[in-house]
Amino acid sequence: MQDPEVVQEFLVESYENLARLDQELVELEKRPRDAELLAGIFRTFHTIKGTCGFLGFSTLEAIAHQAEELLGQLREGRLALSAELTSLILETVDATRRILAAIERTGEEGAERFEALLERLRHAASGAGAAPPPPAQAPPSADEAEEAFARSSVADATIRVGVGLLDKLMDLVGELVLARNQILQYTNEREDAALNATSQRLNLITTELQEGVMKTRMQPIGTVWNKLPRVVRDMAVALGKQISLEMDGAETELDRTIIEAIKDPLVHLVRNACDHGIEPPEARLKAGKPAQGRLSLRAYHEGGQVNIEIADDGAGIDPARIRRAAVERGLLRPDQADKLSDREALNLIFAPGFSTASAVTNVSGRGVGMDVVKSHVERIGGVVDIASRAGEGTTVKLKIPLTLAIIPGLVIHSGGERFVIPQVSLLELIRLEADAAHGQIENVHGTPVYRRRGTLLPIAYLNEVLALESKAAGEAVYIVVLQAEDRQFGLVVDGIHDTQEIVVKPLGKQLKGLNVYAGATIMGDGHIALILDVLGIGQRSGVVSEAREQARGASEKKVQAGEERQRLLLFRAGSFERLAVPLSLVARLEEFPRGSIEKAGGRFVVQYRDQILPLVPLAEALESGLGSELPDPVPVIVFRDGDRSVGLVVEQILDIAEEEIAIRRQTERRGLLGSAVVGKRVTDFVDLNYLLALPEAGWFDGGGARRPQRILLAEPSSFVRALLRAELEMAGYRVVEAARCEEALGWLERLPVQLVVAAQELPPGGVGGLAAAMSKHPEWRAVPVVALTSTADADGGGIDGVVAWHSKFDRAAMLASIGRLAAAVSANESAPAGAPAGR
Amino acid sequence: MSEERLGHGGAAGGQFATFFVGNLFFGVDVLRVQEVLRAQQMTRVPLAPAVIEGLINLRGQIVTAIDMRRRLGLPPRAPGETPMNMVVRTEDGAVSLLVDEIGDVLDVEAAAYERPPQNLDPEVRELIRGVYKLKDRLLLVLDTDRTVELAARRE
Repeated sequence: MQDPEVVQEFLVESYENLARLDQELVELEKRPRDAELLAGIFRTFHTIKGTCGFLGFSTLEAIAHQAEELLGQLREGRLALSAELTSLILETVDATRRILAAIERTGEEGAERFEALLERLRHAASGAGAAPPPPAQAPPSADEAEEAFARSSVADATIRVGVGLLDKLMDLVGELVLARNQILQYTNEREDAALNATSQRLNLITTELQEGVMKTRMQPIGTVWNKLPRVVRDMAVALGKQISLEMDGAETELDRTIIEAIKDPLVHLVRNACDHGIEPPEARLKAGKPAQGRLSLRAYHEGGQVNIEIADDGAGIDPARIRRAAVERGLLRPDQADKLSDREALNLIFAPGFSTASAVTNVSGRGVGMDVVKSHVERIGGVVDIASRAGEGTTVKLKIPLTLAIIPGLVIHSGGERFVIPQVSLLELIRLEADAAHGQIENVHGTPVYRRRGTLLPIAYLNEVLALESKAAGEAVYIVVLQAEDRQFGLVVDGIHDTQEIVVKPLGKQLKGLNVYAGATIMGDGHIALILDVLGIGQRSGVVSEAREQARGASEKKVQAGEERQRLLLFRAGSFERLAVPLSLVARLEEFPRGSIEKAGGRFVVQYRDQILPLVPLAEALESGLGSELPDPVPVIVFRDGDRSVGLVVEQILDIAEEEIAIRRQTERRGLLGSAVVGKRVTDFVDLNYLLALPEAGWFDGGGARRPQRILLAEPSSFVRALLRAELEMAGYRVVEAARCEEALGWLERLPVQLVVAAQELPPGGVGGLAAAMSKHPEWRAVPVVALTSTADADGGGIDGVVAWHSKFDRAAMLASIGRLAAAVSANESAPAGAPAGR
Repeated sequence: MSEERLGHGGAAGGQFATFFVGNLFFGVDVLRVQEVLRAQQMTRVPLAPAVIEGLINLRGQIVTAIDMRRRLGLPPRAPGETPMNMVVRTEDGAVSLLVDEIGDVLDVEAAAYERPPQNLDPEVRELIRGVYKLKDRLLLVLDTDRTVELAARRE
């Protein structure tokens, strides 16, 4: 049952302790009142007792326990040490040694129970003073002691060596490697067979020596993990939970000192996951999860670091609860708490003095908080991160650096400098011929991208990231495709050399602030090369951003293209080679002679069908000040809504395409929604809503509210939602979307909404459920609700709070109705302020 | 803090390894000096603070080199003049100070010690623990910890 490795450790430690005990006892005979010596001996037996209890060696535990009792009496001065007592203790030591030997041979304690010895120990400890006469069998003979001495045991197979010495050896081996490399370089230039053979031999031996010394310091993380199944089992029993533990990557090797340092944080995190993460079986069943919770540990190398993930499938952490708790504990002001992203809020649990556990359990609520975990990990230069999804579980990720490790790395050069990229981050290498490179790296609003098997790979140029000289144009381009966390990007370098095993050395603290380097290494020629931190490079160049947790305001603008087929109008304007709008929104395509375009009131207009059509030059709207010369005739895309029209001036209409679109990359650039691959080329999507809101469009001049009103669109189908959203936005409203009732209520809480448009079948309770929930809230009661039905006849029957019913497919009627309601709301709202409200 | 620093190798006098940067004459407690080297092969560190000249390989140890002229806000060395490395021990391992020229090791008396003059250029003054008045010139005692530490904070 016991782990052989643990037993082995126990044996080594116990033999060492016993060897010391022999000495100490002899010493004690000379100085029977030496409290320190007594305490030391007491401690040794205490340790043996404790470990035996853990490993289930009951005989030895009993003996150690009795010896400890006796020594306790001696320590407290209730007994005086006599020669008989010393012999008795020495006998105990010998018995201990015999049991240890048995354990070493067979893994069991053996049949001998040592009852006589135990009895004598008990007797002595009870204060009877002198030990009773020795038992019938022969006292421990000198032979036996010698025999024990001569026997080869595990204790002899291992040696304890100071880590300092290993460090020294490591440095020396590093030096040797350098000298070896220089000799190899030298002999390669000579034609001396004997020298060559010798240096080859030197080469091999050095490599082996290097590996050997390296290994002395590395330990698999499994040595720590081995203790965890027991921890989890005990926790599960104590808490009345069912927890299975999965471990992956136990063979991942880490530097010994690092293993030591993460031991406690790891155990703490596991206990935490069992205690606070995984729910009791009843709660899990209720949530539709299997009764047995799953806790998984994963360790793997990534980017010159070791990642350790502790993931549970428990209740997860509710960021809102964290925010509340942080405010209650006075860590944050309410407004500060509101501003935190969910991820930032989660990381609050690492703040000192923070614990959300509503009940302090006896298992993990011991005042050792997550802040201690964080500080332990940071002390060795690691990082802790936490991700959680309410209801789905929590993952804590430790990133531990390999301050002393050999990793394979790719040597590259850029701007005349040599760098090393950790091989683990490397996905593939791409070489583009000089002429091909120009066309294959495309520009999406200023960000270079490479189309790699149909997906867009953002590109960063290393010489730009590091502000190095750029190399002459007209040479082949090398793209190193890298993985940084869950993102990929291409790094353009000037040249690629070979891969090498490199020794990672830390940088001085003067350079610690630079996140683009993971360390440095010494190359074969004795020169230093910097090791790139792939994630840092990605972040610095902007290709890996924190896009996942953008501000709430941005999510309002989120593109809802989904994976839908749409007909697109493709065109070109300014420096944007390929732009698109949904064709369904376009009224007409026109061409006007350049001379017919007039300027009125600072805006471009053209006379069109007896009306004045305002024109928005797209190139200028997207990149102000960069208006280019217009072609003649001028191509214009006309958008119309009711009696309002606006023309978008482009440079060339390219094509109409029907494509399945998924916006691949969102953008922060105003006027664009994002980009996608259309017809195998990167295409930017124009944000019409933004363009129509520009003053030159004159879209909102005539009627409607000056400040666009916000409509909450609650509709379960993302496709219908996207359609309606486009319609509503064209009509000049701002739209927030919800797929379910709770989501809709969430929006109402966060933002003022003037009108709600909800599908009849809105889950879970239909539009009626939403209306009922809204009527309970004093501020929402007045917000009109328009219900949409899927059937052609727009009559769903009376529901309180719903002011109008429309078919989803009769959009004109729907928009007209919304327009009337919005105008009424707007008149109500702005009348007191005296703002112009009506037409 | 500064009182404590003054006590350490400051007012008591002692042996100083000396060097020149521009027209300034500096001394470092000789026990803090690990070694003195000629110009070494330097590896640039792109994006690093300007005072960091680069990295040198000191028998397998990677050592950060700090250019003392830039650190003190002095004009750069004339082209063709190669700096010397004065490798000093700090709490964070060895750091190399790039200086113009290495001077002798001097024995100085505590009596000649004075606090840094107020009118010293502030960029120099913040790195100086004190001054020894020698017969023909002033010896500025360099605070190596601060020299190295500020380089870190400057980014």
